[in-house]
Amino acid sequence: MHLYRAHVLVCAGTNCSLKGHRAVRDALTREIVGRGLGDEIKVVETGCFGLCEQGPTIVVYPEGVLYCRVKAEDVPDLVGIHLLKGRRVDRLMYREPTRPVAVQTVPELDYFRKQVRVVLDNCGVIDPDSLEEYIGHGGYTALARALEDGPARVLAEVKASGLRGRGGAGFPAGLKWEFGAKAPGPIKYVVCNADEGEPGTFKDRLILEGDPHRILEGMAICGFATGARQGYVYIRGEYGLSISRLEHSIRNARELGLLGENIFNSGFSFDVEVRFGAGAYVCGEETALFESLEGKRGEPRIKPPYPTEVGLFGRPTVINNVETLANIPAIVNRGAAWYRSIGTDTCPGTKVFTLTGDIVNEGLIEVPMGMTLREVIYDIGGGIPGGRRFKMAQTGGTSGGCLPESLLDVPMDYDKLAAAGSALGSGALLVMDDTHCIVDVARVFARFFLHESCGQCAPCREGTLQLHHILDRFTAGRGSREDLALLGRLAKTMAGASLCPLGQSVPLSIMTTLKHFEPEYLAHIDDRACPAGTCRPPAGGMKPAAAGNGRRGY
Amino acid sequence: MKDQVRLTIDGREVRADRGSSILAAARDAGITIPTLCHHPDQRVKALCRICVVEVERSRTLQAACAFPIAEDMVVRTRSPAIREARRTVLELIIARHPLDCLQCARNLHCELQTLAERMGVREANFHRLDSSIELDTSSPSLVREPAKCIVCRRCVEACQEVQQVGVLFPMHRGADTVVGTAGDRGLLDAVCTMCGQCSLICPTGAITEQDHTRQVWEALGDPKRHVVVQTAPATRVTIGEEFGMEPGSIVTGKLVAALRRLGFDRVFDTDFTADLTILEEAHELLHRVKEGGVLPLITSCSPGWIKYVEHFFPQLLPHLSSCKSPQQMFGALAKTYYAERAGIDPADIHVVSIMPCTAKKFEAGRPEMTASGYADVDAVLTSRELGRMLREAGIDFADLPEEEYDLPLGISTGAAAIFGASGGVMEAALRTAYETITGSTLEVLDITAVRGLDGIKEAAIEAGGLVVKAAVGHGLGNARRLCELVAGGAADYHFIEIMGCPGGCIGGGGQPIPTTNAIRQRRIDAIYQVDRNMPIRKSHENQVVKTLYAEFLGHPLGEKSHQLLHTHYQPRERYPA
Repeated sequence: MHLYRAHVLVCAGTNCSLKGHRAVRDALTREIVGRGLGDEIKVVETGCFGLCEQGPTIVVYPEGVLYCRVKAEDVPDLVGIHLLKGRRVDRLMYREPTRPVAVQTVPELDYFRKQVRVVLDNCGVIDPDSLEEYIGHGGYTALARALEDGPARVLAEVKASGLRGRGGAGFPAGLKWEFGAKAPGPIKYVVCNADEGEPGTFKDRLILEGDPHRILEGMAICGFATGARQGYVYIRGEYGLSISRLEHSIRNARELGLLGENIFNSGFSFDVEVRFGAGAYVCGEETALFESLEGKRGEPRIKPPYPTEVGLFGRPTVINNVETLANIPAIVNRGAAWYRSIGTDTCPGTKVFTLTGDIVNEGLIEVPMGMTLREVIYDIGGGIPGGRRFKMAQTGGTSGGCLPESLLDVPMDYDKLAAAGSALGSGALLVMDDTHCIVDVARVFARFFLHESCGQCAPCREGTLQLHHILDRFTAGRGSREDLALLGRLAKTMAGASLCPLGQSVPLSIMTTLKHFEPEYLAHIDDRACPAGTCRPPAGGMKPAAAGNGRRGY
Repeated sequence: MKDQVRLTIDGREVRADRGSSILAAARDAGITIPTLCHHPDQRVKALCRICVVEVERSRTLQAACAFPIAEDMVVRTRSPAIREARRTVLELIIARHPLDCLQCARNLHCELQTLAERMGVREANFHRLDSSIELDTSSPSLVREPAKCIVCRRCVEACQEVQQVGVLFPMHRGADTVVGTAGDRGLLDAVCTMCGQCSLICPTGAITEQDHTRQVWEALGDPKRHVVVQTAPATRVTIGEEFGMEPGSIVTGKLVAALRRLGFDRVFDTDFTADLTILEEAHELLHRVKEGGVLPLITSCSPGWIKYVEHFFPQLLPHLSSCKSPQQMFGALAKTYYAERAGIDPADIHVVSIMPCTAKKFEAGRPEMTASGYADVDAVLTSRELGRMLREAGIDFADLPEEEYDLPLGISTGAAAIFGASGGVMEAALRTAYETITGSTLEVLDITAVRGLDGIKEAAIEAGGLVVKAAVGHGLGNARRLCELVAGGAADYHFIEIMGCPGGCIGGGGQPIPTTNAIRQRRIDAIYQVDRNMPIRKSHENQVVKTLYAEFLGHPLGEKSHQLLHTHYQPRERYPA
């Protein structure tokens, strides 16, 4: 085995690649080879480091020095100064907003110090296209251990870990697996839900880009525990990089016999196929996902029966989110007790969040369950940029609730956020400063749901239209107190009577803005004024916006 | 004993079969829960959410139509929260539903209207956000008015799963969701068979028959026109429902009386040409058997079926009987044989049909249906349209006396009447074929194996050493199964009867609303009662038909028959250009 004296890790996550990581990578390779250092220094493309806002980012090991916003022009200095002379290139180093000094290395960053990386353990560390690197970091040992332990022990371990589904609902994963294992029938399926549609959420994408084998291993273990031989990854069609890495990884795993027939000579066979979504938010709902995967119009089914009884192609199916499955190898390898030592009593483990909006460190983080919103936003996220004032944070994506400053100390897990009137959901964390008008924000939420309702059930199909219409009237200065009362009635009906979780959760985000910022609504209604100053002129007489592709006129 | 569970509904202890829905359990306990998208013959869709109820320990309300009962479940079907949710959903639907009820074909027969009345909706709290999708009037049979669609998808199930034609399906999403055709084609340019099952099952006026009452009123009011009417076999057991009579009421005589009062010059019967069809078709079958022609022979009475096979199985067209349908045979004879005998210029004769069928409107307009030099049939009214005309004319249908059809084209047999039910054509044909082959009298006329609502029925009749193997299919989904057998060479039948609509014409797309399977069965029972009541029950014993051959046609499959009573078919594309 060849040993290198230095490794240059280039983040090849979607965000860094959008910012031009390829040019940096190519320049690095050229410069290193050009200076005859090809045998000493290796350039590695990895998954996301998490500091998306600072991309393209690279880390130089063994020191672990982080360089941000690197351009191809910076490469001669990086090679010449750092890799040849051993000095750091100061101007490219990360500066924490709270500390004026340039941070030296990755472990020193507040951004990383408060994080606990289980799911993201390999992200930004290994080359995601290299099965060997995954194995080198302990990959597929959990599958081997599971095959030795037998399905019952694996199931017991996952149950004991207290792992809850990371897709949003927080259903105990072990219980779901148990239902799947107990379901009768010769054919069962494992489905990985990678239809990450929640606005502001990109964790599943970056996990798949950064460590695709972890998901395959998790799926295989799930298949072994529940009696399924076939797995499907249903992934957003837009996730080109995730798809190609996943497919590459599946091929490699098959070649090494880690997927396919008779894995590790155990008699257990399991294979995985990738299927693409076509851009409908509702297909993240498990039964709509099955419909879509089966080639039909993506619409939720009536429950019961639940997927573990009648799922994909009418067979018992265990469907888990990417992040849920990514926890599995660690739980199998390190045990339930270890897992329970992280996080809170009712929600063990870590949670991956995506930080977006008015926050300094937009990006991907993993923290123990139960960390407060304040710690995440200020200690890890670096606070609000430009010295602006925090207004609200939305947890759980557009179907999650909005929390004002007074609730910043809520510990973030499924139960505590629900108790605070919000939802942990998928782990999106959207921060907004005081330049945003809350009513306009609610209107944008409503517009999203108007666009994404599948149109199957009446409360959601018609309700999203009216909801948007009412909020549009508010922002146009034409709303009334009657509209406000109607909004409340509509919200109650949609939450109670809609067929699926999409329609049921539509009111949450909107009604939490009303709950916490009612005076701002009343200003729009009673005074025809927008305190944030962003709404269109009150007397504007705006027409209601057309929805969708405008087939129907409103 | 069936496995039962015990639960509480509205404070009352109730027992019901395991696996029942809350809706069914409540209904059995005498508790009515309002519904909208629900239909007794269809899959549970649970998408209107009108039937929501509270189930203890459930986070949200549950749709009673879909939620299965369980032991010790506690259900409430009435509460302030339930009332508010149901009314809100209904108001939401109404906020986008056109309010032109007064002009709507379904006025007073609309399930949305009925529900709004029942729930006492008097206010419109939501902003009206009208839809503005265009009407589709391209089809000669049906009109689609998507603005009135409440997206319950009953028509989608009827079109895709029952009929397996697949013209209608939900398109777009969210508030843009609309039931439509691929590429937004008009029904005429889609593979629509015009069967009209969608119009039968639509709860509102979103899909209705093309209304031809105006041109019939005009013809009736024109003194120069000699307006003759024919009544399809199935209509004599269904028209009464338009006037509140029980399903299965036999109203043949009242129907005749009503049509006379409307002002038709002659009231004739499609049953007459049904008998004639049997003679032609039975001979066609025997001819093909003897001469080694294409078998199985498949019936051609049902125009929805004909258009279906032209689109989906054009390779099977040689199997079709070349006989025109009884409606078209009638028109051809009215403008030739009858015109001659009555001394009326065929140009002045206006033939109106009373049909259970929307596809008959399309059939009447087929260019090949003009052998006499004139269109065989000038106007087709469905049972529903006739109901409207009679109501407008103030004719008190239920109290009418029984009257007889006019001569000569009003004379028929029991064999013709049963054309109205699936299996009837087969039974009538076998009665005639048996006696034609053997020369002896058929003792038992009732061939019950081909009767009823089973999707595909089979029979084998031994006649003079030949075992005639027959199959009967009704509804285009069953037709498809038979077509696949024939196309795959796996059908060793001699004769197949296919009707486009479930149950045959008594369940036709133009029949009174509601038409459910339970109602279909009562109409079927009635049509066989009509048969039993007839003095003559075999088509070849119809004296007027015999006279017709003697005076005019010559013999079955003769030259004149060929010219007037037979037709040809045209292959059509699956994806018309």
